[in-house]
Amino acid sequence: MKAAPFDYVRAESLEHALDCLHHNGMDAKAIAGGQSLVPMMAMRLARPTVLLDIDRLPELRQVSIETDRVRMGATTRQRTVEHGTELHAALPLVRDALRWVGHIQTRNRGTVGGSMVHADPSAELPLAAVVLDATLRLQSQAGGERQLSAQEFFLGPMFTATGETECLVEIEWPVWEGHVSTAFDETAMRHGDFAMASAACQLALDADGVCRRAAFGVGGVDGTPLAFPQLAEQLVGYRIDPGMARELAQAALQQTEPGSDLHANADYRRHLGVVMLTRVLLKAAQAHRASPELQR
Amino acid sequence: MSSSLVTVEITVNGVVQPRAVEPRTTLVDFLRDHLGLTGSHVGCEHGICGACSVLLDGEPVRSCCMYAVQADGMAVTTVEGLAPQRGCLSKLQDAFCETHAMQCGYCTSGMLVACHALVERTPQPDEAQIRDAIGGNICRCTGYQQIVDAVKLATSPGYQVKEARAQGTEASHG
Repeated sequence: MKAAPFDYVRAESLEHALDCLHHNGMDAKAIAGGQSLVPMMAMRLARPTVLLDIDRLPELRQVSIETDRVRMGATTRQRTVEHGTELHAALPLVRDALRWVGHIQTRNRGTVGGSMVHADPSAELPLAAVVLDATLRLQSQAGGERQLSAQEFFLGPMFTATGETECLVEIEWPVWEGHVSTAFDETAMRHGDFAMASAACQLALDADGVCRRAAFGVGGVDGTPLAFPQLAEQLVGYRIDPGMARELAQAALQQTEPGSDLHANADYRRHLGVVMLTRVLLKAAQAHRASPELQR
Repeated sequence: MSSSLVTVEITVNGVVQPRAVEPRTTLVDFLRDHLGLTGSHVGCEHGICGACSVLLDGEPVRSCCMYAVQADGMAVTTVEGLAPQRGCLSKLQDAFCETHAMQCGYCTSGMLVACHALVERTPQPDEAQIRDAIGGNICRCTGYQQIVDAVKLATSPGYQVKEARAQGTEASHG
């Protein structure tokens, strides 16, 4: 369980980092928090010959909260978001998702961008990114910058659209106008383990509890996290009741292709997905009713 | 393929430790093999068990999940650095003895580090906070209850380290 030998390069600037990736391509791997990469290297599932440390670049750790979006540098630590009260207000779904991410020790090192590029199909932050339709910014020395939606970014299990000389530099999260209510839930063998199925939901509801905007998705039940914007559209104009929530959850999970493993076969995963998604739809709808600022 | 050595300077338990390391040396191997601090244990070596937990600039991290080169210039506290002085016990360590919060002892250093970090941030944690703090540390002996009890005991009002353990007289090697 020791990594194969590699050369260590500590990036001094983003230009330096992109230059290193340009010259080493697939042989180089960028590291920031390393909470997925170091175990992958220990198991020799990853075997870079050059390890490029981008963790000390201040330009990759900027967080700016604007009215309609939050721009988050790729190496922003998960714990920074976990403890950032202003970020909680702007991105309540990301806050909810983080409660399920790993453990205190891993969130202290793990980064938001690292979770994206690792692209575990059951990871919480990628699910939040797909549900909120976040934008991921990639840079390379030869190609400059390009932007991808989360949907375009995640291609399969541990597989993203990141090119071999590209570096994820920023995640842009849309911030919804007005009051939103959110919910995130998952089932795992133990809290912090990889989820067998997870679900996330964000709603904007008016003072009467009528849905004005909705987004939801599921993780762990397909090769990538999935959002269902067309089904979410069907909630607009309605108060969400249990029957409606279950019907939409079943329709959503019919579109998934879960895998089977030791812990859960495909049917069970799909069943769990329906339960989780129904639960978050109702919880988000109820969170709204419990919100003091809307009870005036 | 061989890789060249990299010079690092890591402050461990208050002492600056300059060393030349292979880049693939994990922080826990650096602590154990280069510095002889064998209190941090190597369990799973891939970020599951928590036995290797140390404080990095005051926050708990898994020392198997980072390379020593990444900790260059940072401050690490290991289980050896939790007590006020050599041969003495901290309140938490003392309470672990009192409630029998260990059996084989393999997870104990990681548990102590995780609980130490909790108590630094939250001096009077409730049970849910304690269980959350040790959620990333696996123990196969105690069933966790005695560990939770130890943290409750250590943070109970007026708790003092037993006299013998406070003065280091129990430590023959101290």
